[in-house]
Amino acid sequence: MSGKPRLTYCNGRGRMESVRWLLAAAGVEFEENFLETEEQYKKLIKDGVLMFQQVPLVEIDGMKMVQTRAILSYIAGKYNLYGKDLKERALIDMYVEGITDLMKMILMFPFSPPEAKEKNLDSIKERATNRYFPVFEKVLKQHGQDFLVGNKFSWADVQLIEAILAVEDNIPAVLSGFPQLQAFKIRMSNMPTIKKFLQPGSPRKPPPDERYVETVLKIFKI
Amino acid sequence: MSGKPKLYYFNGRGRMESIRWLLAAAGVEFEECFLETKDDLTKLQKDGSLLFQQVPMVEMDGMKMVQTRAISNYIAAKYNLYGKDLKERALIDMYVEAVMDLNELLMTHPLQPADKKEQHFATLVDKATNRYFPAYEKVLKDHGQNFLVGNQFSRADVQLLETLLMAEEYKPDILAKFPLLQSFKARISNIPTIKKFLQPGSQRKPPLQEKDVPKVMKIFH
Repeated sequence: MSGKPRLTYCNGRGRMESVRWLLAAAGVEFEENFLETEEQYKKLIKDGVLMFQQVPLVEIDGMKMVQTRAILSYIAGKYNLYGKDLKERALIDMYVEGITDLMKMILMFPFSPPEAKEKNLDSIKERATNRYFPVFEKVLKQHGQDFLVGNKFSWADVQLIEAILAVEDNIPAVLSGFPQLQAFKIRMSNMPTIKKFLQPGSPRKPPPDERYVETVLKIFKI
Repeated sequence: MSGKPKLYYFNGRGRMESIRWLLAAAGVEFEECFLETKDDLTKLQKDGSLLFQQVPMVEMDGMKMVQTRAISNYIAAKYNLYGKDLKERALIDMYVEAVMDLNELLMTHPLQPADKKEQHFATLVDKATNRYFPAYEKVLKDHGQNFLVGNQFSRADVQLLETLLMAEEYKPDILAKFPLLQSFKARISNIPTIKKFLQPGSQRKPPLQEKDVPKVMKIFH
């Protein structure tokens, strides 16, 4: 056993991508175990390794952790990306939860039936530009600091840069009305651990494609 | 200003109920401001009180907190219902997140269109009895303790009890195969703050009735 966290998921973004981002941002190396077939998944369930029969699964510090938020909170807490006190944690949680609502729309988007794709894309654009991005644009403008909370790099910053790039994958000019977010994007992208994660050959996964959608549907019999 | 937390939501369970449970379990008195019409929601949105234009919103300790999990996390930590260290918090989070998944199924059942209701009910019962309840039954069996995590009362216990009771409202014998969950339910229900919350006249809200669904939809849609 290497001591590195071990991630079990499909070979694609999905719900595990936020975990990859956070570990990478914290400078933590990790291993990956990719689910490719229904048999593999069934075996994991049979072995009793998935507490609620679901992935993501992250083996870390002797625990078999499931539930994405539980995993992310643990990593954030362990690597000092969760603020310095309860109130900063509350702010980070609020921001992360809001961003997660937007990310959920992006997560589901590849699985939209063809006739709903355009409408769903419009919804993503609408929510990003009218509900979520304005909030973070305002936060950054009001305190004028480099990071969202407490003048210090945190989980909230990682989640936001991930979301910005994910939305841009689908809607390239989405940041056009948001100068603070544009500067934030550049700033975060240049942080050494994130810069490394954004380079080819890193564990970062490409945007979901047809093949990824097929694999997921096949393995989980959705 | 009373200093008590103030909860903004419609007069029903929805996403605010878990927060009511947690505050009550912690013995914290709170006030409520009920949204009755869409205008009430619009007014809150317009005066900048809702960070993402949504409720639940809880005014507490000088903050206007939104996002159910952010609010619950804060309350749990403030009132020592979040375990003693990172690893206990991780366990609590895992248990709570799964309970919230089941809760979501239960909560959204009254909102299902008529032609989907039966299927949704079947899914709900299947998930409860084959995925979630067995996991918690096993946790209790494996350590033999009174509480889910760290031999100490935590938010995991509160949220599991809330969900067990809600599941029973849908199917009264749903815990039939789970003796440890049955004794857990009895035990946690008898904790003084929770016992008080379970009595008539408390701020606990009743299940959403079919007839009230249109009114709720009007506020939010």
